[in-house]
Amino acid sequence: MSIDLNAKSPAGPLAQAWEQYKFDLKLVNPANKRKHTVLIVGSGLAGGSAAATLGELGYNVHCFCYQDSPRRAHSIAAQGGINAAKNYPNDGDSVWRLFYDTVKGGDFRSREANVYRLAQVSVNIIDQCVAQGVPFAREYGGLLANRSFGGAQVSRTFYARGQTGQQLLLGAYSALERQIAAGKVTMHARSEMLDLIVIDGQARGIVTRDMVTGKIETWFGDAVVLGTGGYGNVFYLSTNAKGCNVTAAYRAYKRGAAFANPCFTQIHPTCIPVAGDHQSKLTLMSESLRNDGRVWVPKKSGDHRAPGDIPEAERDYFLERKYPSFGNLAPRDISSRSAKEVCDEGRGVGPGGRGVYLDFAEAIGRLGEDTIRERYGNLFEMYERITDENPYKVPMRIYPAVHYTMGGLWVDYNLMGTIAGLFVIGEANFSDHGANRLGASALMQGLADGYFVLPYTIGNYIATHKLAAVDAAHPAARAVVDQVADRIARLLAVKGTRTVDSFHRELGLLLWENCGMARNAEGLQTALARIPELRAEFWRDVKVLGTGEELNQSLEKAGRVADYMEFAELMCRDALAREESCGGHFRTEYQTADGEAKRDDERFSHVAAWEYTGDETPPVRHIEPLEFENIQLATRSYK
Amino acid sequence: MNLTLHVWRQVDAGAPGRLVRYEARDVSPDMSFLEMLDVVNEGLIEKGEDPIAFDHDCREGICGSCGVMINGSAHGPMAGTATCQLHMRSFKDGDKIVIEPWRARAFPVLRDLIVDRSPLDRIIQAGGFVSIATGNAPDAHTILVPKQDAESAMDAAQCIGCGACVAACPNASAMLFTAAKVSHLGLLPQGQPERDRRALGMVTQMDLEGFGGCTNYGECTTACPKEISLETIARMNRDFRVATFRARPESAGAGSS
Ligand SMILES: Cc1cc2nc3c(=O)[nH]c(=O)nc-3n(C[C@H](O)[C@H](O)[C@H](O)COP(=O)(O)OP(=O)(O)OC[C@H]3O[C@@H](n4cnc5c(N)ncnc54)[C@H](O)[C@@H]3O)c2cc1C
Ligand code: FES
Repeated sequence: MSIDLNAKSPAGPLAQAWEQYKFDLKLVNPANKRKHTVLIVGSGLAGGSAAATLGELGYNVHCFCYQDSPRRAHSIAAQGGINAAKNYPNDGDSVWRLFYDTVKGGDFRSREANVYRLAQVSVNIIDQCVAQGVPFAREYGGLLANRSFGGAQVSRTFYARGQTGQQLLLGAYSALERQIAAGKVTMHARSEMLDLIVIDGQARGIVTRDMVTGKIETWFGDAVVLGTGGYGNVFYLSTNAKGCNVTAAYRAYKRGAAFANPCFTQIHPTCIPVAGDHQSKLTLMSESLRNDGRVWVPKKSGDHRAPGDIPEAERDYFLERKYPSFGNLAPRDISSRSAKEVCDEGRGVGPGGRGVYLDFAEAIGRLGEDTIRERYGNLFEMYERITDENPYKVPMRIYPAVHYTMGGLWVDYNLMGTIAGLFVIGEANFSDHGANRLGASALMQGLADGYFVLPYTIGNYIATHKLAAVDAAHPAARAVVDQVADRIARLLAVKGTRTVDSFHRELGLLLWENCGMARNAEGLQTALARIPELRAEFWRDVKVLGTGEELNQSLEKAGRVADYMEFAELMCRDALAREESCGGHFRTEYQTADGEAKRDDERFSHVAAWEYTGDETPPVRHIEPLEFENIQLATRSYK
Repeated sequence: MNLTLHVWRQVDAGAPGRLVRYEARDVSPDMSFLEMLDVVNEGLIEKGEDPIAFDHDCREGICGSCGVMINGSAHGPMAGTATCQLHMRSFKDGDKIVIEPWRARAFPVLRDLIVDRSPLDRIIQAGGFVSIATGNAPDAHTILVPKQDAESAMDAAQCIGCGACVAACPNASAMLFTAAKVSHLGLLPQGQPERDRRALGMVTQMDLEGFGGCTNYGECTTACPKEISLETIARMNRDFRVATFRARPESAGAGSS
């Protein structure tokens, strides 16, 4: 075993662990910070907050994103809200409860120490964002408003209408722009990271492509931070922004960073159903809607009456029926799977029968249309714009869609991967959400990592490592640059007959069918047999026009899809090896008599971290055992 | 439905551009405008022609990446709607659609429908923030914000930075964009200490970037996908006047750190 999966979780009582740990960390002398360069890839909540904070601390920071401005990172699209254990509503919340809920929600597949720290710093995040001028929703008394969000029985979610991610990201972006103006951060927009440079076992640099001129460039520093987001787009259709990719993380994996739990993906229950073959992405309807909307389908299969013509007695409010204490607020994995089940039974609604109703009639009757408009107005408008149906009058139609990836590069308590000096933050790492993420917890994690965790732990790394200066002339750097250039040349040289998108769609469908909401050994084997064939077809027949020395969007896509073609296989291997059901990973062979996920704590209470061994040899699965010292492992029940 | 497109094609910033005609066949009314372009592009690639380059990312009307002139209006015919959220049911069979990039001196075309909007980031750098370092914040409840103020601030803060206001304005002015940020922060207690500096800094930067002046056409707010109101501009003008009046020489150029 050549990789070290020591989590470095601090010993001792959880509640004091992070404080003590921070105290024990070595500091970089303030006057010396400017001599240390940190490369941060990503300007989302994780990368943006980290870049701003490290700039404020005095480091010399370079930040990269593929959009034309850091403000456009995919975090901008988050709607519902951000959790924090403030307990402002005085409804019994606490750091401990947020910690407990997150571990339980993740189906006991996350690391206690990391999650506890996340819950602790959650309160600082809200303070920071408010001070930046984030216009969170307020009560008439001027205090911050809270709501409850999927899977929680307390109201701990802070929000800014249905645009929480936007407002939090603009907060981080404004802090980042302040540092750019101060000369502490250099921003490189429209720059795509295509590889990682590892020198003497340490992450020292990256290779980027300038997306306007096509220029291949190298950048060096004392440490590299990836805040590059999730890989949900491996499925082609997802709620992610079109440019979201696995490239940065996957390239790091191929350079020696272990990839943890790649099969842990989250399928969000409330998205607008697919309308046709032209569909290019799926749109999320925030799950905050489930606070007031009731989910149902007709009791009879093949009932094609208009929703209004189906009497109460002939409707099946299946979440309320199956999970009486959580009802429509049951966690995402459970809600998604239940929707799939009723559609598989032929009870789905709308074109193609892949949809369930989310009905606001009862809430409108109880609270009035104005209250509903105030709470969800922009979401209702968005729904109407896309579907041409008015959800105040007819129930919304929703269906699950790929939304978030809990898997990611393996990191220890310091958020450092298995390559020294490579830090991974936000959705790109695997750390806090186990096998299923609770609503409103990704924004929390991204900002926790970037504002409050990484700035400490990276300082310790820099303070304790003496690094020789390196530059583009270093043989290791030259080799990586050559490989990057060669790959681009090969993509352009295929000159085949099929577009990149057509390959991406085919791969996505294959994964959705075999490694989606429900998986089994047979389907995974089918996918594992087909993916290498499809990959070979891609490299034989893809058609990428133009050159590498210009703005070339087909080439950008081709590079990303080429990585997905390899990464998809890793996902399926991981799903096949995990012979249990947990959270978003539902293996049909492992379920209870009433169809609930059956975990196998004896054999699988661990993180699976995959090590790349070469293109021709299979990756090696390593494990990090998970110890639960503070929480009793229990069967997750939301009944 | 079938449509005829006239699309601006330009290889790079230095090259001349021109409108090129394409036929878009079998367009479904349920497609978004960008999905229609996707389909056209797939066809172009199959024929061996370079696909049309356009900026986009979230396709949910929130990231501000997308944006083109559609028959002369920024983001097309539907009020309060970004290009990615515009659906083809807004058009009818046989329509002719002219698609062009944002036109403004401050936004050079990089390729086809893609322009350089980095001046907007630099306007934010000139003061569109509250100077508070990570970890320095007091408890969030120490400052109360009246609900109405928070709502008005949010109305302005919704700006997605797409640049449609600039593209729609006959003077190519970036007033609405700048005013949205000045208003968002100016309406909140957190934004008060730097209110003068912010208005002065941002307005000055806006002028430096080569945007035109505002002569109250109001086209910006009509084109804005978030329907940011003209009141923000009135508010910014007020802040700017007050700040100019109050400014002592040393604070006017005090930089932005
Ligand atoms: C529609 C939607 C709604 C959501 N709503 C919520 C919610 O209400 N609450 C919640 O907690 N979570 C929500 N989430 C999840 C949450 O938004 C994301 O998990 C989170 O924002 C990810 O932040 P990040 O900083 O890790 O990555 P991102 O915001 O995805 O940022 C990634 C950054 O990396 C850059 N990048 C990526 N690859 C490269 C590369 N190869 N080279 C250079 N740069 C690169 C990008 O340019 C970008 O700047 C939602 C997600 C979606 C899709
Ligand atoms: S693509 Fe994000 S706003 Fe249109």
